[in-house]
Amino acid sequence: MGDPFGMPIAHCAASGMGGIRTAGDMVARMQMLRYRLKDAKDYVAKKLETDTMALRDEFEMRRLRERLNIGTITGVPGVARGLEAKARIAEILGIRINAVERLKELVKL
Amino acid sequence: MDYLTRMGDGRPVRMSKEQIKADIEAGTKDAAEKAHVPELSGAEQEHLLEIITDPNRLVAVEPGREVVLTHDVGPLKVMADQSNSGVSIPCSREQAMCIYEKAFSADTAELGHIDYSFKPVKPIITQEQSVLQNVLHMTILPIFYGAMPNLGLYYAPDGPFPEPIGLIKDRKIGEAKESMENAAHRFVEDLEYITVRLYEVGLDALNIDTTGAGGDADFYASLTATEKIKKECPYLCVEMGMAGEFILGFHTELKYQGVKLAGLWPHQQASLAEKAGVDIFGPVVNTKPSLSFPLNIARAVTLVKHCVKESKIPIHVNMGMGVGGIPMYETPPVDAVTRASKAMVEIAEVDGL
Repeated sequence: MGDPFGMPIAHCAASGMGGIRTAGDMVARMQMLRYRLKDAKDYVAKKLETDTMALRDEFEMRRLRERLNIGTITGVPGVARGLEAKARIAEILGIRINAVERLKELVKL
Repeated sequence: MDYLTRMGDGRPVRMSKEQIKADIEAGTKDAAEKAHVPELSGAEQEHLLEIITDPNRLVAVEPGREVVLTHDVGPLKVMADQSNSGVSIPCSREQAMCIYEKAFSADTAELGHIDYSFKPVKPIITQEQSVLQNVLHMTILPIFYGAMPNLGLYYAPDGPFPEPIGLIKDRKIGEAKESMENAAHRFVEDLEYITVRLYEVGLDALNIDTTGAGGDADFYASLTATEKIKKECPYLCVEMGMAGEFILGFHTELKYQGVKLAGLWPHQQASLAEKAGVDIFGPVVNTKPSLSFPLNIARAVTLVKHCVKESKIPIHVNMGMGVGGIPMYETPPVDAVTRASKAMVEIAEVDGL
């Protein structure tokens, strides 16, 4: 609880990975598979062929996200969005994303 | 020289370095004594002192030490009213989730029903499936669905079972315990029903938030529900966030896997949660409003540090208003919030918040 500026935004600025501005969404997906923080960062860095310091860096990750076509924070026309980006992230990280699995099943039909 | 800091209710207060140091010592000692965990070391207390007395309004973690953030309440904080600390921006929940992703740069986002309890979700589950489906199509970050077990809604006058605290007052202990057990079982059924349907449309993760607010029966219900859910939804992540630092013994005899639930502290709660199938655990340390921020954050970091050390799963400590050292104030002062954030990451070494 707490208003948006006082709580989530303050935490995001002080200690957050940076979401899709950087690689926060992908490190989060590894934690959801029970990876502790260091292991989650190491796994994502290896799959993206970069280092863990780049995962939290806006300059590095903006370029990498555009190159890998896995979604960007600003609305860049043509770059993968939403479920499109998630499908590519699942493939690059080698993980299962439930919404992507559902799409794959529907496409088969 | 004195420093601007806060009381636990958010009021600004000026304290000398010696006063802050004394409160840090008192906070870590209190936590260590109560939960039987180690106190913060001298170096850790010194680091905490540096964070609190930093002359800047906002502080942040060292580059490379950033952590993953999960969130409770989710879109309600944007579009709902004060009851969820919401700022009443007129928009849909789908739009609010996009604001979390794109404007807040959140690592994850959470969808939730306006009441933020699981029980009211059951009769409108198709509505929640529909909104979730939209959100999953529009966003990239992991999507959680969160609400509270809130066993209170299962007791009269809101629910089918007699209100147990009244029964205890009337010395009807057996009836009170039976009512709590019935409420717990009904909650397990409801959460299973809700979760299976959200999983069907592609939910990434479930957040069982404010667990234990209804005492040991509430924690028992959440652990039991998690175990069942993980069998039915094997690829669903389950996060469990707590309501308080200590499991209150309303029932007093409930056990999970042979462990009595009443009286458990965060590191003991995390161990049981992991056994039940929880993937991310969120410990809580309650802020004492009449005591200082230095005392509260020292206390919180001490309890959480041991929880992180003992746990095998990621620990995302609760850091909203009134918990984790954060002042109990609806617009939490950002000087205190960012200091608490840095202290939890750098001293308690949490996996996330």
